[in-house]
Parts: sequence; structure tokens; C-alpha cells
Amino acid sequence: MELFGDPAVWLPWTFAALMGVSILIYVVLDGFDLGVGILMPLAEDAEKDRLVASIGPFWDANETWLVLAIGLLLVAFPPAHGVILTSLYLPVFVMLVGLILRGVSFELRAKAPLSQKPLWNGAFFAGSLMASLSQGFMLGMYVMGLTWTLPHLAFALLTAVFLTVGYSFIGAVWLIWKTEDRLQKRSIGWAKGGIWGLILGIGAISMATPYVSARIFDKWFSFPELLYLSPLPVISALLVMFVWWQLSRMPLQNDRWSWTPFAAAMALFTLAFCGMAYSFYPYVVPEQITIYEAASAPESLFIILLGTIFVLPAILGYTILSYFIFRGKATDLRYD
Amino acid sequence: MDTLLLSRIQFGANISFHILFPTITIALGWVLLFFKLRFNATGEHKWMDAYLFWVKIFALSFAMGVVSGITMSFQFGTNWPGFMETVGNVAGPLLAYEVMTAFFLEAVFLGIMLFGASRVKPWVHTLATFLVAFGTTMSTFWIIVLNSWMHTPQGYEVIDGVVFATSWFDIVFNPSMPYRFVHMMLASGLTVAFLIAGISALRLLWGDRSEAVKSALRVGIITGAALIPLQIFAGDMHGLNTLEHQPAKVAAMEGNWETGPNIPLVLFAIPDQEARTNRFEVSIPNGASLILKHKADGVVPGLNDFVGENGEILHPRVSAVFFSFRIMIGTGLAMLALSWGGLLLLRKYGAGDMPRLPLIAFCAMSFSGWIATLAGWYTTEIGRQPWLVQGVLSTKDAVSDVPAGMVLSTLIGYLVIYAVLILAYIGVITYLARKAANGEPLSTRKYPRSGEAEVVALQPGE
Repeated sequence: MELFGDPAVWLPWTFAALMGVSILIYVVLDGFDLGVGILMPLAEDAEKDRLVASIGPFWDANETWLVLAIGLLLVAFPPAHGVILTSLYLPVFVMLVGLILRGVSFELRAKAPLSQKPLWNGAFFAGSLMASLSQGFMLGMYVMGLTWTLPHLAFALLTAVFLTVGYSFIGAVWLIWKTEDRLQKRSIGWAKGGIWGLILGIGAISMATPYVSARIFDKWFSFPELLYLSPLPVISALLVMFVWWQLSRMPLQNDRWSWTPFAAAMALFTLAFCGMAYSFYPYVVPEQITIYEAASAPESLFIILLGTIFVLPAILGYTILSYFIFRGKATDLRYD
Repeated sequence: MDTLLLSRIQFGANISFHILFPTITIALGWVLLFFKLRFNATGEHKWMDAYLFWVKIFALSFAMGVVSGITMSFQFGTNWPGFMETVGNVAGPLLAYEVMTAFFLEAVFLGIMLFGASRVKPWVHTLATFLVAFGTTMSTFWIIVLNSWMHTPQGYEVIDGVVFATSWFDIVFNPSMPYRFVHMMLASGLTVAFLIAGISALRLLWGDRSEAVKSALRVGIITGAALIPLQIFAGDMHGLNTLEHQPAKVAAMEGNWETGPNIPLVLFAIPDQEARTNRFEVSIPNGASLILKHKADGVVPGLNDFVGENGEILHPRVSAVFFSFRIMIGTGLAMLALSWGGLLLLRKYGAGDMPRLPLIAFCAMSFSGWIATLAGWYTTEIGRQPWLVQGVLSTKDAVSDVPAGMVLSTLIGYLVIYAVLILAYIGVITYLARKAANGEPLSTRKYPRSGEAEVVALQPGE
């Protein structure tokens, strides 16, 4: 435990990093399947099955990253888990109801009698929408320091809309990659319609964060930090331009480059997330509790870490395996 | 009602809803592996048909379990912040291991198990089935370790009101863990045995005479008949373990107020906590002493030992524990009678010509496992009150300070959704059974067995 210096320092740091990575993976992976859910009403009835088929083998595992992220917050930073979740009691409830609805509709729309299918399609959309909106709302409240005032509420409502549109964008670029022909063409249109949500969302949070806290302002706008950090916004802008250019010339012959908008979207989310992580470190509850104050006893963290070292590579390995087995264009889901 | 009681009801409702589905998937995973292995061994198509029918119900149950499980991980924070703040150093690693080793193992391989049969080699598909079943069982193990530790904590020290682990071996192998784990695994096995028997009986009643449904009925009845005696024995052992570590719970289960020898076994009564006596009691003399101490004059603890000096009640609410215990026992006895009766009829008539009456009885008992499991969990969890972690943390010290109105409104929201979903779940299972009974083929593919070269059978549209 002393190998990397004081265990009360490096263990909380490691767990904060692990939690950050889990949240990021969750946002990107469940982002695309929530996004596909949001796009459901736009698809024709015949296309809806294909939309669901494109996320079928993945969504269970995608949502598990949320369990891991919230689990790490729970086990590594117990007081922060309590503070954050009690102040977000209502949005958490909305999100959970949304996740329940979409999870079960996913199964029921395919297994219930055909006459009920529109009902479960509707529930799938409503669940996806509730989950996305509430996640965006919680993101906004978190950025604003988890205090319920009117301006903060307004900001959170704004981020709720932006994140939802952003998710629909990442869902659309996923569909560009996983579908073909007419549906792919329509997905390109959806992606063009959704990209502004991502841009405005990243923009709004980047603008707001430094003004909420003088500490964060100083972290960004001082020399030489400004210099080191400048690649973040610059690369983000280049990525947005790249996606825009790709979308405008798609579909390409032989489906070339169909994966690039999705890859670029993942990179964008990652950059935005790194920016946020830089802003908030070392706080886990903004401006109130640092990761070092909230951390569990080093002995307990060490026990968890031992398991993590074995399990995390395995999880990553078979996540990749599962995406590899179900690679290529989505086909109808069959149990046989 | 105050926030404490509402939070307890809300958490109770969520965890009750959640446990319904793992109870099915834990054992159904192993049954599916059994079907798959039988198919690999015999090549008889009925086993694959049984697999394909039940894997859909597995997928549905799994999805319900995942989404309700996510709810649980949030409610630790929204409803019981004091739990992790006080015992987080012990509960944290156990929960982490549950999520890491198990949840992922299931969730990731589930994709391959459900939709991968035509995309991977047969042995990979069998392996994925095994890993899902194994993952579910590991998940059960870790969560049962944590729950058992909450009942019989050891291997820790308290510094400034916070629990720190001193021996992980003692924590994992705490006194009630082996009993609780076996009891829960058997409960899951019985739930699935009766579900399979019940749904197969339903299909037979609807005129389905396929080999797959007969074999499934046989598997259900034989599994049920084999497990129920083991469960009664395991339950008795668990009871003796509880007597040693949580006597107040046993006193409430037995409805016994005064400690003493020659305590009767109360078959029925209405416990009156205000008057501290039982009304309308029907009992067998010396029964409780015989069961708990194996002799007629054995001393059985009474509830009056658990009243503080200034009158505060240190034992659980008696009627809740008393009645849920009897519901569990009653359901168990009904399972014993039906499965052994079914076994005799199976020998006499065979699965295809079983008379209508026992088939209807099996239908009626399809979800009996749920009732017994829930009643058992209510017995043990309410029986631990007023403690959240026995002797370490009381429930009222862990509750959050969220306004009661907020808890009540979200509680109503959850209850409505859960009621709708349970109806939809049972409705869909019945619908799938109806479709199968009408002879809709589950698959037109030809399945290769493990070890055989795959026969490429192209179909229209593929």
C-alpha cells in the first residue's frame, strides 16, 4: 500500500479516476442507446425493429457502467454519495423510472402481443427521454454546486435539453455506422439535426463553470495553464468541423468512413469530460467535499482495488469481444 | 407517516420488486445450461426447444432485474445515507465485488447467450450460458455475504462511530452466511422448478403435446420434489442459527412472549403487541421447545426479554414477523405436497397424460416461489429491526432527512409502475406460453451440437 506514497492520497485519486472513466464510458455507451430510444418516434414502423436491434446485444452491459460508476461513488466516497443523491432525490427518481420503463419495454415490445407493440414503443421512447432529460438536469445542477435556486434550476433545464439532443446525435451517428440504405440516409439527417445540442451543451457548461467558481476560473485562465489547456477547445472545434464535413458528404461509396462520425462523437464527449474533470478536481461534491475528505478507509479501498485490478481488464476484454461478435450492420434480433 | 417509516416501505417495495427477478434468473441460468448440455449430449431437438422457450423468459426477467437493481444502488444514497457513512468500509468492498465479479459477467455474456447462438461456435454459446449462470450465482454470494453481515456482524472495530474492517475472512464467513446462502439458492431453485412446472402444465392444459413441454414438466416436478426436503432441512438449520445470534427474531417468529421451558408451537394466533399476549391462539404443547432445543423442556427466549428499562421496544413488530414466517412455512408445505404428489402421478401416468386437476394445481402454484421467498425475506429483514446492522447501527440513525411528502409521492410512483410491470410480466409469460402451445415454431434453424461441424442452413432473407 505504501508503494505509491501515502495511501490516503493515491487510493482516493485512483478511485476518482476509475469512477471518472466509468462515468465517461457510461455516457458514451448508454448515450448512444438512449439516443436511439429518443429517435424512435422519428423512425417508420418498419425501421423501429432495426433501431432496437442495433442496440439489442449491448444495452444491458452499457447500463451496467452506470451501476459501476454509482457503485464506486457509493463504496469509495460514501459521504459524497449521500450528499449528492439526497440533493438530487427527484431527478434521480425520474431517471430511475425512465431506465425501468425503457429496459422493460425493450423486452416487452418484442414479446407482448402485436397489438400492444405501439404502447411499448411509446414507453421505450418516454423512458429514454426521461432518463436523458434527468441526466442532463443532474449534470446542470452538479455544475451549479447542487444548490436549488431559480437561476440554477433554469440552467439545469437548459443542460437537460442540450444533453438530450446531444444523446440523440450520438444515437444517430451510431445508426449511421450500424445501418444501411434508407435508414442510414435518414440517420445522417437526424445527426445533422442533433449536433447543435452537443455543441451548445459543451459550450454552455464551458462558459458557466468558470463563472460559478473563482477557483475554477483561476485554474483555466492563468498563465501557463491556458497554454497547456488550449488543445482541448481547439481539438473539439476541429472534431465538430470534421463531423459536419463528413455528414455533408455521406453516404460514401462502399460505406467507407461510416464509423468516423461515431468515433469523433466519442472523442468529443471524452474531451468535454476531461475539461470538466480538470475543473472540479479535487472536489467530488463541488466546492464542498474533496475526494480525500470523502474517501473510505485506505484498507477498504485497497481491498476493492485488488478486485478491480483483476476484474477491470476482464470487463474491458469481453466488452470488446461482445462488440466484435456483433460487429457489422445490425440484423434482426433472433434468439436462435 | 414519518420519513423513517415511508423510507422503509419504499426501500422494502423496491427490494421486494427486485428480488422477484433474480430469484428466477439465479436458478433458471443453471436450468438453461442443463437444457443446453442435454441437447449437446443427446441431439434431441426437444431440449433446444425448451431452451429457446425459457431463454426468452430469462431475458425478460434479467432485464427486469437489471433495471430494478439500478434503482437499489441509488436508494442507498437517497434513502439511507447513514448506512454507507457508518458501515461503508465493510459494505463498500462487498457491494463492489458483487457489481464487478458478477453483474458484468452476466450482462456482457448475456448478449452472446441471447442473440449469439447463430454467430458464435456452439461451445462458445454453451460457455456463455455457463458464465451467465455462474455470474448470477457469484452475484448472489456477495450480496448474501453483505446481508448476512448485517444480521451477524463480526470482523470489525468501531472508531469514532465509523466501522473499520479488521478481518475480511471473518466478515465474509460470518456466522449466518452459509445458512442464508444455501437457503436462498434453494429458494431460487424451487421458484424456478414451480414456475417451469406451472407454465408447462398450462401449455399441456392448452393442448400442447410437444416433447419439449413434457420434458420441461418432468424437469420442473423432479427438481421441485428433490429440492423441497433439502430446503426444509436448510431452513431448520438457519432457524437454529438465528436462535443463537438473533433470539428476538426467533421469539417474534414463534410468537413467544415469556422466556421459559415447555414452550408450545403456535400454529395460529393474532399477536397483540400492546397487551403483550396472543389472541385466538392454537398451539401444540412443547412444540417450539422440541423444534428449537430438541427436548420438551428446552428453554425458548421470549419477547419480554427485549424491552428496555424505560419501556422502549427492542424487538421487531411481532405480527409482521409472525405472519410472514407462517406464510413461508405454509407455502413450503404446499410445495412439498404438490411436488411429491406430482412425482407419483408422473410415475403412474407420464407427463403427457397427467389428469387435469393436478395440472391446474401446478398452474396455480406457478409463482408460489415468489410468495415463499418474499415472506421469508420479510421474516428475516423485519425480524432484524430496530437494527439496520444488528447491534451496530439502528435503522432510524441511517435514514435521510428528505421531507416525508417527497418520499410518499415517489413511493406512490414506484408502486404504480411496479404493479403495472408485474402484470405485464405475468401477462407476457402467459402469452408466450399460449403462442408456444399453438404450435408456433421457436426456430426453423437446425442446431449443430458441440463438436459437430456447423451445418449451414440458409433461410429466406438471411
